[in-house]
Amino acid sequence: MNLSQILILAKETQATESMTNAAGSGSHLILLITVFVLAVFIGFEIITKIPPTLHTPLMSGSNAISGITLVGALLTALAGEPFLVRIFGTLAIILATMNVVGGFLVTHRMLGMFRKKG
Amino acid sequence: MNSTWIDLSYLVVIVLFIFGLKGLTHPRSAVRGNMLGSLAMFLAVVVTLFATEQFDWTLIVIGIAIGTVAGCYLAYTIQMTAMPQLVALFNGFGGLASVLVAGAYLMIVVDDSPQASVLIATAVSGLIGAVTFTGSIIAFAKLQGLKFIKDIRFSGQKLLNLGLFLAGLFFAFLVFKQPEHAIFYYWLMVAFSLGLGIFLVISIGGADMPVVIALLNSYSGLAAAATGFVLENNLLIVAGSLVGASGLILTQIMCVAMNRSLGNVLFGKLQPTGGDGPDAAVVYANVKSTSADEVAMMLEVASRVVIVPGYGMAVAQAQHAVSDLSDYLTEHDVTVEFGIHPVAGRMPGHMNVLLAEADIPYEQLKEMDIINPTFEQTDVVIVVGANDVVNPDAQNDPNSPISGMPILEVHKARTVVVIKRSLSPGFAGVPNPLFAADNSLMLFADGREAVVDILAALREG
Repeated sequence: MNLSQILILAKETQATESMTNAAGSGSHLILLITVFVLAVFIGFEIITKIPPTLHTPLMSGSNAISGITLVGALLTALAGEPFLVRIFGTLAIILATMNVVGGFLVTHRMLGMFRKKG
Repeated sequence: MNSTWIDLSYLVVIVLFIFGLKGLTHPRSAVRGNMLGSLAMFLAVVVTLFATEQFDWTLIVIGIAIGTVAGCYLAYTIQMTAMPQLVALFNGFGGLASVLVAGAYLMIVVDDSPQASVLIATAVSGLIGAVTFTGSIIAFAKLQGLKFIKDIRFSGQKLLNLGLFLAGLFFAFLVFKQPEHAIFYYWLMVAFSLGLGIFLVISIGGADMPVVIALLNSYSGLAAAATGFVLENNLLIVAGSLVGASGLILTQIMCVAMNRSLGNVLFGKLQPTGGDGPDAAVVYANVKSTSADEVAMMLEVASRVVIVPGYGMAVAQAQHAVSDLSDYLTEHDVTVEFGIHPVAGRMPGHMNVLLAEADIPYEQLKEMDIINPTFEQTDVVIVVGANDVVNPDAQNDPNSPISGMPILEVHKARTVVVIKRSLSPGFAGVPNPLFAADNSLMLFADGREAVVDILAALREG
């Protein structure tokens, strides 16, 4: 399976998912797991092609992507009640933002150093 | 905004993340790839905020502001040699954020009898997140060279780890089994997992750090994916699993490069050679030492030079001096290449970043499999602060603790100059016969000073 096929499959999964949302939680969970497994495959497909020279930027850059928990943190902080939830949400926002902003910036700084001959 | 539009926007974000990672497959496209990734993240945050009808800005703005300032500060002040620590620290932040998000979400849903799958995902998210957090903090402290954390080993450590792990699993099970007390059991589980993270990493030595950092990187992604299952959010699941896959591949590459299994790195240790191993005094009977002037004379008549950097180059901050030497030699029609072992340094690709920082073009940095066949045609190899990765015993002595580990075959070159402070053993604790080989010369000095001296001697000569 090549990348574009996986992407199309993932899109279809996403589309069917919104249709079946009401169809019961069991199949919904299966869809989430499907998305997870397909994404892992995409990850393997792409990452194996990354040359060792770029492994450190890959780590810091993917690290920044794992800061996507920020979206989760925003959702919980927005939920609001009880108050302790907002405190935890805000703390998580601070940590995840550091992860995201710091991760992307330091990757950018590093990549700027790689240059061609001459 | 209705949920279809939100889901579609998240899909765009996911596609951008994938293209961003794809960009990293080549140095030319990498900068753009990283920018796509950050654009995707920005979009994700904006969509999430505007998807909510009305919300209280204050705490969110304060949170984002503090995080942004701190992130910028860390990203711009960090030295390239300290990159492994920073990545470890960021991993830890991501892990803790997952613990907090899952914990907070549990408080929101606990009263409306949440589904079993949500409870399980919450427990998994908290467990992985907590292990990632303390594991990363310990890895950070070790890489930073904080003394109190050095080489802590005690008997029964494996048993303690197993106990902590089982306790964590047990309370995770209770979160799911007794939803009415889920919050209590969740934090109890987090406490045991925090302990597990500490004791898993605390006895792992410096040379194994590339594996640990790659693994923690993977965990931070998996924790985010688990949080995605908690919130039933595709975006978190996909982004998290991309990172999880990336970390796993790097972990695998690092383990292969050390010829060790993951379990062996995490739970075992390299046994120091006892009576049956070679004795350092015997191995080092015929070590010849050299001077910067002598090395300069050899370089003057060389036509091909390979430089092999190790963690010692990072410690001595020798990358700029090495770059100057490389430039000088290149100007005088010497072919200079760098042989880079996958586990040289403290994280995957560590040496490449340091050499890139010192303005060495990436075409000159060669992987182990590419450079190994060229050593026989190489006049001079300069080893700067590497040891175990150039130990020929890995190939020649089946009883050696590092037997079978792929190495850079520098001993096949005409002359090998090893710049090293002393004959002290590397991480594996084994003597290196390379240092006493007929074609080897030791230059006992600090890495940076030695290279500076060689260059000075070349310019005078």
